[in-house]
Amino acid sequence: MASPMSPGQQPTIATENGRAARPVAVPSGAPLAVRGLTVSYGEKPAVFSVDATFPAESMSAIIGPNGAGKSTLLKASLGVIPRLSGDVYVFGQAIEKARERIAYVPQRASVDWDFPTTVMDVVQMGLYRRVGLLGRLSGRMAARARDCLDRVGMADFAHRQIGQLSGGQQQRVFLARALAQDADLYLLDEPFAGVDAATERAIIDVLKTLKAEGKAVVAVHHDLSTVRDYFDHVFLINVRRIAEGPVATAFTTGNLQATYGGRLAATHLDELSPTGGA
Amino acid sequence: MGAEFVQFSLTPILIGVFAAIACALPGNFLILRRQALIGDAISHVVLPGIVVAFLLTGMVAAIPMMIGAAGAAILAVILIEAVKRLGQIEPGAAMGVVFTTMFAAGVLILEQSDTSQVHLDVEHALMGNLESLIWFRADGWGSLLDPAALASLPDELPRIALVCALVVVLTLVFWRWLKIATFDEGFAQALGIPAAAVGFGLMVTAAVAAVAAFDAVGSIIVIAMFICPPAAARLMTNRLAHQVWWSVAFATMSAILGYVFAGYGPLWFGAQNAVSAAGMIATVSGVILGLACLFGPHRSRVGAGRDEAA
Ligand SMILES: Nc1ncnc2c1ncn2[C@@H]1O[C@H](COP(=O)(O)OP(=O)(O)OP(=O)(O)O)[C@@H](O)[C@H]1O
Ligand SMILES: [Mg+2]
Repeated sequence: MASPMSPGQQPTIATENGRAARPVAVPSGAPLAVRGLTVSYGEKPAVFSVDATFPAESMSAIIGPNGAGKSTLLKASLGVIPRLSGDVYVFGQAIEKARERIAYVPQRASVDWDFPTTVMDVVQMGLYRRVGLLGRLSGRMAARARDCLDRVGMADFAHRQIGQLSGGQQQRVFLARALAQDADLYLLDEPFAGVDAATERAIIDVLKTLKAEGKAVVAVHHDLSTVRDYFDHVFLINVRRIAEGPVATAFTTGNLQATYGGRLAATHLDELSPTGGA
Repeated sequence: MGAEFVQFSLTPILIGVFAAIACALPGNFLILRRQALIGDAISHVVLPGIVVAFLLTGMVAAIPMMIGAAGAAILAVILIEAVKRLGQIEPGAAMGVVFTTMFAAGVLILEQSDTSQVHLDVEHALMGNLESLIWFRADGWGSLLDPAALASLPDELPRIALVCALVVVLTLVFWRWLKIATFDEGFAQALGIPAAAVGFGLMVTAAVAAVAAFDAVGSIIVIAMFICPPAAARLMTNRLAHQVWWSVAFATMSAILGYVFAGYGPLWFGAQNAVSAAGMIATVSGVILGLACLFGPHRSRVGAGRDEAA
């Protein structure tokens, strides 16, 4: 399983002893930087010694096969699951200090669709950091929630129970909840899973607007054929980091082969990745 | 309705209502988390707590027994969490392992120790003794303003009222945490909500409510009230806040109607004796759930309207 180190990899200090050694080169401004991250659910690590830097004002894709640790990487970055070792920096700060600056859209399966809650309720959950545990939801904030719902084209469904929506509609509602968080960094776990072409278009338009507003978007993405159209930056992972960088240089046949371990046909890859022939 | 009602029926009805609400409120979140069986688990676990409390104090008094029961319930909650984490098994199985083990331990301790002369009445544990919790010194509504009469209220009433108030306050204060953490745990944690602590706090609250209610009204009501009113309420609405209101209404209805039917129902049918109030309250809550299943406006939920074309 061990993949060869990619040539351009920056040097990192071994992080066996956790926080004792400050890793080198932490980009202070990067929306999300991970150094020496290892996460394990049992014996075998799901993410092993991963370094990653996601740049500002751009759209980044996290790419890798099922079970590669993509969701784990996002969750550990957010502090949703504990990390065995490593450090996470959000805009140069510890995650606890930067929570209001991150919005998160979990993978669809993680939500209880039978829960008694309406679309509007769900979007208002995104306002939690502003409203607090006991604060009142002001008229202005309620209007903000409606506005976010409108931006994803779901305003007409505000009072539906969330289980009574199609998969694509559900995904848009969760995007609206992330918009309501008014963050600077958006982490999305498979935002295009199970959505039709029109919804995919609507979602990508919203994400591109975010980017134009100077926000950073990081999305777990499975459809290799759209990577070039949608993203500026890719991060390839299969438990370990395989490669990262601008799409033009990092999204290559060789890197994809290393990520998917020969499970993708070479011809298929050539189609996807014209730069990879070299 | 006058003096007789105040003396014989007012306090049991109030105790029944407080117990029902104290259990139904956490029950709403427990059924949404698919942990409704915790009520059942706790009422089994209470036995070793009571036995140990008796062995330590040598008294058959309410306070040490309640402390023992609450201690056992909280220990069970901690053990369930530990088994779930360490064994990496699902919550239902963890509950099953813990509560059967602790119940069995209670039986063993009871057998081995010198408690055989103590009358730990099974029927009392199951059904409580709601009908006996009457207000001896009351002689009409005026007694509500008479300090001497108020002093003779059964101890169970202020105890369960206090626990009920505590549960209401906790539910209101932690409403947003409960709602977000129950709906989408990962998102809650990303927001900085201590989701694991919320889940643990909910179980402990449920345990305290169950023990207080168990002391007053017996385990049948406890198990019924954790599940029936919230489950029926879920079928009435698609909004959590409305569900909780419905569950409080159903719990109150069950307690009042159950008590009245138990006292007077058999007479209406020409029978001689009243039936157990606790059993009747649990039955009414079951009937309400049945009616909600048949006529509730939000019965078909999962997957309904999922089809884009619909
Ligand atoms: N809660 C968990 N308990 C135990 N193992 C887990 C858990 N979640 C994930 N894993 C394991 O960790 C590894 C990485 O899982 P992860 O969900 O991060 O993969 P992924 O890249 O997001 O996959 P997918 O594309 O299928 O969403 C997998 O081998 C998975 O089986
Ligand atoms: Mg995943």
